[in-house]
Amino acid sequence: MARVLVGVKRVIDYAVKIRVKPDKTGVVTDGVKHSMNPFDEIAVEEAVRLKEKKIASEVIAVSCGPAQSQEVLRTALAMGVDKGIHVEITGAEYDTLQPIHVSKILAKLAEKEKADLVIVGKQAIDDDSNQTAQMTAAYLDWPQATFASKIEKGDKDITVTREVDGGLETIKCKMPAVISADLRLNEPRYATLPNIMKAKKKPITKLTPKDLGVDCAPRIQVVSVEDPPTRQAGVVLPDVDALVGKLKEGGHV
Amino acid sequence: MSHRKQVIDLYKTLLHLGKEYPSGYEYFRSRLHNAFMKNKDVTDSEKIEKMIGHGQYIVKEVEALYMLKKYRTLKRRYYRDNQ
Repeated sequence: MARVLVGVKRVIDYAVKIRVKPDKTGVVTDGVKHSMNPFDEIAVEEAVRLKEKKIASEVIAVSCGPAQSQEVLRTALAMGVDKGIHVEITGAEYDTLQPIHVSKILAKLAEKEKADLVIVGKQAIDDDSNQTAQMTAAYLDWPQATFASKIEKGDKDITVTREVDGGLETIKCKMPAVISADLRLNEPRYATLPNIMKAKKKPITKLTPKDLGVDCAPRIQVVSVEDPPTRQAGVVLPDVDALVGKLKEGGHV
Repeated sequence: MSHRKQVIDLYKTLLHLGKEYPSGYEYFRSRLHNAFMKNKDVTDSEKIEKMIGHGQYIVKEVEALYMLKKYRTLKRRYYRDNQ
C-alpha cells in the first residue's frame, strides 16, 4: 500500500477582497481571514479517498509557513489525514518564500517519510505560481502528472487523466510519482464539527527548514505589487453617427 | 442517543456551519435560533425525529451551497476562456 504526502498552503480566503499595501510591497494579510488553498483541499480529498479505497496506507499533510499554518493542517486532519508536519518559516523568510523552497522541503520530506505519492494542488490562489509540483518531481527525479482530473491506481503504476488546453490527456506513469490536482478532480468534503474535535488529538510534527537541510534564502525579489487596472467608465452616445465617429477615432473600424 | 442530545448536536453543527454563511453569521444564527425555538414545545417523538431529519437535510444543503460557491468562484477566476 502506498504512503501519500499532501502539501497544503495557508492562503487568504477565496472570498476575501484582496487589498494591496500602499507601499506596493505586497497585499494586506493582517486581520484577514485565511483558509486552506482550495486546490490543496482537492489534493487532500483525493488522498483521503485513496485511503478509504485501501490504496493508501497513510496520508501525511505538510504545510510550510508561520504558526498559523497549523490551522490548515488541522483542517486537513479533520478531513481524514492521519498526521501533519508543520515546517515553520516565519518573518522575512516567509515573506520571500517561493515554490522552489517549498518543493525542496517537500522532496526531502517525501524521502524521509518514504512516500510513494506526493499530491499537491496545481497552484495556490495567492501567488498563482503553479510550480511546486513540477519542481518537486524534478528534485525527486520522479514522474509528474500535473492538472489531474482523474486518478486510477494500477498494479505498479497510476493512470492519470490530465486537463490540457481544449481537452483531456491520459497518461500512465510509474510510482512513486508527483501529482497536482485540478479543479475537477473531486469535490472536497466539509470538515464536520466532530471531526474537527477529533483532529485535535492527531499528531503534528514541527520542523524547521534547517532540520531538513534546506536553505530558504530568496532567489527572486518582488519589485512591486499593483492592483489590476480598474475598468474605464463608458459613455452614452446620442446617435449612430456619433458611435461610428467614436469607433473610427478609436481605430476599431 | 436521546432526542435532547441529538437536537443539541444538530444545533451546534448548524451554528458551526453558519460561521461562513454568505449573508453573515448573525443572520444565520437568528434564523436558526427562531426555527428551533418555534418547535420547542413539540413532544411527539415521531415529529421530533422528522424534524431532526429535516435539520440534517439542511446541513447537507448548506455544505453543498458552500462547495458550489467555491467551485463556481474558482471556475470563473481560472477557467474563463473555456466557456
